[in-house]
Amino acid sequence: MSDLAIELSGVGKRYKYFALDNIHLKVPAGQIMGLIGPNGAGKSTTIRIMLGLVHQDSGEVRVLGHRMPTEQVAAKWDIGFASEDMRLYESMTLGWHMSFMQRIYPNWDSAYAQLLLKRFGLRADQKIKGLSHGQRVKATLLLVLARKAKLLVLDEPTTGLDPVARHEILRELTAVMAEEGRSILFSSHNTHDVEQISDQITFIDRGRIIDSMDKEMYLDRWRRLRLEVPHGVELPALPGIIGIKRDGRLAVATANAYVPDLAHAYESTGARVQRVENMTLEEIFVANVEHSREEVEA
Amino acid sequence: MYSMNGAFVISQSDKRPMYLQIMEQMKQRIAVGDWKEGQAIPSIRQLAVDLEVSVITVKRAYLELEREGVIVTQQGKGSHVASTPGLGAKLREQELEQHLEQAMRIAAMLGIQPKELEEKLREAGDRFSGNGNGKI
Repeated sequence: MSDLAIELSGVGKRYKYFALDNIHLKVPAGQIMGLIGPNGAGKSTTIRIMLGLVHQDSGEVRVLGHRMPTEQVAAKWDIGFASEDMRLYESMTLGWHMSFMQRIYPNWDSAYAQLLLKRFGLRADQKIKGLSHGQRVKATLLLVLARKAKLLVLDEPTTGLDPVARHEILRELTAVMAEEGRSILFSSHNTHDVEQISDQITFIDRGRIIDSMDKEMYLDRWRRLRLEVPHGVELPALPGIIGIKRDGRLAVATANAYVPDLAHAYESTGARVQRVENMTLEEIFVANVEHSREEVEA
Repeated sequence: MYSMNGAFVISQSDKRPMYLQIMEQMKQRIAVGDWKEGQAIPSIRQLAVDLEVSVITVKRAYLELEREGVIVTQQGKGSHVASTPGLGAKLREQELEQHLEQAMRIAAMLGIQPKELEEKLREAGDRFSGNGNGKI
């Protein structure tokens, strides 16, 4: 098998009011990829194409070495997929679902399933129809995690959860990484979750991938420079700076390709760099979406 | 499997990137003597699981600490604290130096001369000892 868990090249899918355009995406094996984007950006469509649930119009998809959608039957044994719209049998208990999964999947880990039951505060004799939203999400995740699949694909696993439940889930996802060679792709619009647990991040907006790379490298490139600018000094347009806000003597420049030379370049114009700040993924997300939309519209 | 490194806490209100926070907390363990010179430390993957953060973030912290000569990582053997004599004391000193440099930087920005800064440091020292345990 290649060292990529997922590889999408040049994938396109056209709907009447929405199109995925030329999607290139690589998820290295053994890593967590966080897929971030606003509502309606194309995250779920991208995920469904990976799983072979939606067939792309163009481009190549490989998941764990399987070509999708043609080899989806073989691929499914190795992929654990969970999404909010996943249906469980309402009148059956969680325990019934657990034994059902155990009969289908040879890698089912009963001891781990029991452990998750305890950690998630769930009970096997609970009927699905009596579960709260948070309990349903945790029940679905339990059923997927205990399969011990090589690849987990999770569509919005933490959406609508209270902070404690979110924390429980993030903890289990990072614990999966203790075993080398297992991979996770999850989508979210909670940038904090993505910043905390992903090794790789992909930004998607309006059916296009804006950025996809190593999270540490990515966070490192974005900076906010706080400047003091004397009257009469015009700040030059510098490469790597995507926006400047100025108000009197104070200015804030946002860089998406920061290098220390940028600060020196401003200082040579007579401005003083007061501070160079790191940005959170949330701040980067908003700045990046706005910037890329401006570029498209320009 | 849970929390062998329970006292590592990543703060969400700390504006610095997570890898810097991890570096700082590892250095503190060495500075206070919990992690001794030459001692084996958790693997990158283990610490990532314990801290519930991505492997790549912990890897970055380890790489930077290796570059600073604080830890040593050997392929296949894991990581350990560097065997530099007096490493803990050096790290404590380094932390003080960083704070002093920061003070110098702010003073320069405000146009305060070194002599004046010395005076202010002395005043701060008086306030500190005047408050008993230094609760400012």
